[in-house]
Amino acid sequence: MSLFSKANKEALTSPLNLNNPVVVQVLGICSALAVTSQLEPAIVMGLSVTIITAFSNLIISIIRNSIPNRIRIIVQLVVVAALVTIVSQVLKAFAYDVSVQLSVYVGLIITNCILMGRLEAFAMMNKPWPSFLDGIGNGVGYALILIIVGFFRELLGSGSLMGYQIIPDACYNIGYMNNGMMTMPAMSLIIVGCVIWAHRAYNKEL
Amino acid sequence: MEHLISLFVRSIFVDNMIFAFFLGMCSYLAVSKTVKTALGLGVAVTFVLLITVPVDYLLQTEVLEPTGSLNPGVDLTFLAFILFIAVIAAMVQLVEMIVERFSPSLYAALGIFLPLIAVNCAIMGASLFMQQRITMPDTNSQAIGGVADCLAYALGSGIGWLLAITCLAAIREKMAYTDVPKPLQGLGITFITVGLMAMAFMCFSGLNL
Repeated sequence: MSLFSKANKEALTSPLNLNNPVVVQVLGICSALAVTSQLEPAIVMGLSVTIITAFSNLIISIIRNSIPNRIRIIVQLVVVAALVTIVSQVLKAFAYDVSVQLSVYVGLIITNCILMGRLEAFAMMNKPWPSFLDGIGNGVGYALILIIVGFFRELLGSGSLMGYQIIPDACYNIGYMNNGMMTMPAMSLIIVGCVIWAHRAYNKEL
Repeated sequence: MEHLISLFVRSIFVDNMIFAFFLGMCSYLAVSKTVKTALGLGVAVTFVLLITVPVDYLLQTEVLEPTGSLNPGVDLTFLAFILFIAVIAAMVQLVEMIVERFSPSLYAALGIFLPLIAVNCAIMGASLFMQQRITMPDTNSQAIGGVADCLAYALGSGIGWLLAITCLAAIREKMAYTDVPKPLQGLGITFITVGLMAMAFMCFSGLNL
């Protein structure tokens, strides 16, 4: 079997749109909502989740035949928790500001349903390479939604992107104002609701 | 005593697990179709929180921190994630067995949602917030300085979650009769409803006891 056969490509690309983990499978909502008040933490979070999903899928898929069925949840949790600990220590060492901003949500990647969902649904019954691709696909699909939500919340809430001011001072001078509501947690729910609306209106079959 | 009550009330209304931190959102959205199952899950979450937060508190202060009595001078805090999730998974298993033994009817009613509490972010989140709050000064109304504080915090968080899921289930039961645009039906409108509820809960944010 070639490395990028049709089935493997499918595993990589379907989570980006038709099988998106956030807006279609409804997994991993907690962190998607909480870390998106600015674009930068959203990108870091998306990246961390992608790495952890990909490698936990790979590891579980390699050892899937030797895991007793009864204790598989604990085995999965330990693998995920070990990976999350590594990512959290790396973030603390190299990106301390972002890690403070993300606070408990880095630790909460352990209980992110995307991980458990993909491990149970895909990695437990597929070979390592397709599982790895599936992990990357789902991680990127998750990051995509985070980036969309983070983009709108930071642009409309603080008039900037990645910390740089985007909306020119001239606009403020003629009376434009930042919508402070956008930086509040409540608005992220409504934006995700709108993203789902747009996505379903576009993909009629869902 | 005053601190305990303040901690309890704040964790229900101000630091609500759902509306302020979005923890436990997955099961919150999945199980809130009828009021009855929502209530059952809320009670189970509260119960598990009441056990895991104090146990994790003792682990954090006595074992992991270098000031602990078990292994003084050794900083093991980087093991917190693995240890906390192991405690939670074990406790959920234990609760499952106890419920099955003493109340088979409740066990049957909760079904698959009981084991799924292990991966409910609200449980893990409460332990991680507790870990952060230990370092806060005593004057802060969110600080946690003992097992009693942990119990008040866990009970408050659990009841806050219970309140949120029951309210949403009640709204969704009524919403079945409304005329929602087709692409917005189901998930979309639920998100927007929760958003509006979160805005309503924002008015508690100035609350201070």
